[in-house]
Amino acid sequence: MNNGLTDMTQKLVVVGAGMASGRALEHLFEAAPEAFDVTLFGAEPRGNYNRIMLSPVLAGEKTYGDIVTHDAAWYAANGVTCRFGETVTKIDRKRKVVVSKGGETPYDKLLIATGSAPFIIPVAGKDLPGVMAFRDLDDVNAMVEAARKPGARAVVIGGGLLGLEAAAALRLRGMEVTVLHLMGHLMERQLDPAAGYLLKKELEGRGIKVHVKAQTKAILGEEKVEAVLLEDGTVYPADIVVMAVGIRPETRIAVDAGLHVERGIVVSDQMVTSDPDILAVGECVEHEGVCYGLVAPLYDMARVVAKTLVKEDAAFRPVETATQLKVTGINLYSAGDFADGDDREEIVLRDASAGVYKRLVLKQNRIIGAVMYGETSDGAWFFDMLRKGTDIAEMRETLIFGQAYQGGSPLDPTAAVAALPDDAEICGCNGVCKGKIVSAITSKGLTSLDDVRAHTKASASCGSCTGLVEQVMKLTLGDSYNPAAVQPMCTCTDLGHDDVRRLIKAKALKTIPAVMQELEWKTSCGCAKCRPALNYYLVCDWPDEYADDYQSRFINERVHANIQKDGTYSVVPRMWGGVTNAAELRAIADVVEKFNIPAVKVTGGQRIDMLGVRKEDLPAVWAELGKAGFVSGHAYAKGLRTVKTCVGSDWCRFGTQDSTGLGIRIEKFMWGSWTPAKVKMAVSGCPRNCAEATCKDVGVICVDSGFEIHFAGAAGLDIKGTEKLGLVATEDEALEVIVALTQMYREQARYLERIYKWAKRVGYDEVRRQILDDKDRRKAYFDRFVFSQKFAQVDPWSERVSGKDKHEFKPMASVGFAEAAE
Amino acid sequence: MSDWVEIGRLSDIPRRGARCVDTPIGRIAVFRTAADEVYAIEDRCPHKGGPLSQGIVHGAQVTCPLHNWVFSLETGLAQGADEGAVRTFPLKRDGERILMDASAILAAASARIAAE
Repeated sequence: MNNGLTDMTQKLVVVGAGMASGRALEHLFEAAPEAFDVTLFGAEPRGNYNRIMLSPVLAGEKTYGDIVTHDAAWYAANGVTCRFGETVTKIDRKRKVVVSKGGETPYDKLLIATGSAPFIIPVAGKDLPGVMAFRDLDDVNAMVEAARKPGARAVVIGGGLLGLEAAAALRLRGMEVTVLHLMGHLMERQLDPAAGYLLKKELEGRGIKVHVKAQTKAILGEEKVEAVLLEDGTVYPADIVVMAVGIRPETRIAVDAGLHVERGIVVSDQMVTSDPDILAVGECVEHEGVCYGLVAPLYDMARVVAKTLVKEDAAFRPVETATQLKVTGINLYSAGDFADGDDREEIVLRDASAGVYKRLVLKQNRIIGAVMYGETSDGAWFFDMLRKGTDIAEMRETLIFGQAYQGGSPLDPTAAVAALPDDAEICGCNGVCKGKIVSAITSKGLTSLDDVRAHTKASASCGSCTGLVEQVMKLTLGDSYNPAAVQPMCTCTDLGHDDVRRLIKAKALKTIPAVMQELEWKTSCGCAKCRPALNYYLVCDWPDEYADDYQSRFINERVHANIQKDGTYSVVPRMWGGVTNAAELRAIADVVEKFNIPAVKVTGGQRIDMLGVRKEDLPAVWAELGKAGFVSGHAYAKGLRTVKTCVGSDWCRFGTQDSTGLGIRIEKFMWGSWTPAKVKMAVSGCPRNCAEATCKDVGVICVDSGFEIHFAGAAGLDIKGTEKLGLVATEDEALEVIVALTQMYREQARYLERIYKWAKRVGYDEVRRQILDDKDRRKAYFDRFVFSQKFAQVDPWSERVSGKDKHEFKPMASVGFAEAAE
Repeated sequence: MSDWVEIGRLSDIPRRGARCVDTPIGRIAVFRTAADEVYAIEDRCPHKGGPLSQGIVHGAQVTCPLHNWVFSLETGLAQGADEGAVRTFPLKRDGERILMDASAILAAASARIAAE
């Protein structure tokens, strides 16, 4: 007991022996060592340790001894009566006592510092042995124990700060680790998608599997945890499951005592609760509607509460906090507000080869937010200016390069190409890699693009890699080479469409944030021009791996109907080859009447358009049409639209082949595929050409000896007759040629570029050479198309009838109607 | 006097997307940016009446689906060479909840009735 106690000494009871109360007691003993007789209750059977250093303990980089902040000796020296391992169950405010297993303890002042409890998601199996939180030393010990088993598997639920620290540490201990994260990118509260992408890449490089948009359905197991089941059906086997989805303030005793509690225990600026003799501090409190979980504001609170106890003036003010991930080897920093805004400007620096991403958000020449990945040494400098509101107008040009940087040269536009390894393929047509081009240039002394084409064949076929070949030349030859200017995709980048397409393949970029980072996009989120293009390129290049980003699609493709000038939609079901029957026509008539659809029109593509459908009615309209066997006609898509046919040899006295049958076969084979721009086809049964096949993107004219394949026609803004690709003998061959041609176009064209423009650019002869002459290449194109159809041929209407994207079709709320009626 | 009513939760709106709220003065589009900011603007482009809620969201801007006018979600002003503006409405965030000021809607509604 403290010496020199007098009757004047007040009794202070502290509930909770964590970091906040530890720091508060330090401040208190400094200011007035004799003022209080302190009794400290702690639920854990040990003293106070630095909880934020649990990650290094779990990783084996530190021991418990290293992170103890206040041990028994410190408490003894300061005269604190410690009641560790004893939980306070009740506060009796009238009699001013707290109740615990050991009886009643009276107080004059009570300090609640109960901290927070991990949030456990309410799924089946959450109580199985092996499911744990990551909160205290007991959790750490349990995880370390589990990691001893060779080949043990851990599933970490939650890809926030805590979850990722746990995952990295468990991986270091040799476990197989999977992180499940509900949102689209890791640490979404602290990071923007670009930095989230880099972080995911780094963790995957360490052998941690990361599954984003993962909704946990249940934790499976009989006597202990065995696996985790996701809503999408994925199952991850697990020996332990670590829940790290968040924390909630631990307020139970405060609620029972009748104190004012919202999310946390509500405190004033002086850290006093609704009872003037009860104070609270740490993660259990709520101040001005905010609960805190980071250590800096908690220490501020501790300072304030100590002053309040000794009756000095002090007030807690919310402060900006910065976040850093404590995983060895990962440099990540975020602070402030990094949302986009109109009065805000951003400065983005990306260095693809070094894996660096830095973004500063400015408002009126002041930093209000900063996100950094890979290179964070200037974090403290930026954060300091953020807190002080420093005017950065003077150093604006060089700000992003950091404190040490002054002057310096402008960014190098060839950096993305410089970062490519020697074996990265530059020319897809001829299979030429970067190293081969460089060595040809240096060994043969090449100086012009034509030289390089002649010696390496790179850029000598379709030419879509010309921009990249020129950048390789510039890198190799230096300033003596000046490539022709390339039209950039949009203002977000200096790269043209062809460069972007080649680099997506060469660098195996599989998400939009990945493209934007690795190709050094100048904006954080792209624009309405580049996002739909990137989404298409990724869908085309990685059909099995890329997750289609609907928010990067134009509205028509997002809701699978065509928006009209008044905001209603038109609905066009598929009518294979333009053939229909009584049942289908009756179903359409019923739908038109049932939903009061104002206009019905026969389209130029031999099918029926229902115009003026309200967006909210779309799923019900589709459901009715679906019952009659209709699927989406993709009349809204940059994809396969229609295959027009004539009646052919079935009915027509001039018909030479079954043109209707071939048209239907092509349409059934190719529907659902996405293309750079819309694709319309037609099959005519004889050279009289009633299906008008010679002004289509792809057309077939049937003749006695077989099938003439045509392509690159136009009948829109431009009018152009088709080019003849060649004659084939059988329907099977016709299909293979048409599919291969379409796939070549899908892989090479620029977004929104129709077939006739693409074919003119790459050369009709080149198309003939690749599709007709080179049978292996034709087969390869055909196979790639077939593979991608596995993922594309899903009727989007029936998906939405079953509930997909429900939010698209319903208003979120109604406001102001009841009142307006008064 | 403000009258904040809950119109839904943040998770009701897709990132870089929008949802609509029906009001006596027509639809209001409520946007959520990539950085989880929320904004409310009139769901009607001043150019040809396009539903802005259906546009592509990039940064704190939206591109109209009909003729590609771009508007700031924050100020409602048309960007670039186009001239025009849409009305903006205040929103409040309380954790996951999104609140709209019903009194602002009512004021706009009675102003319209008075004008007619």
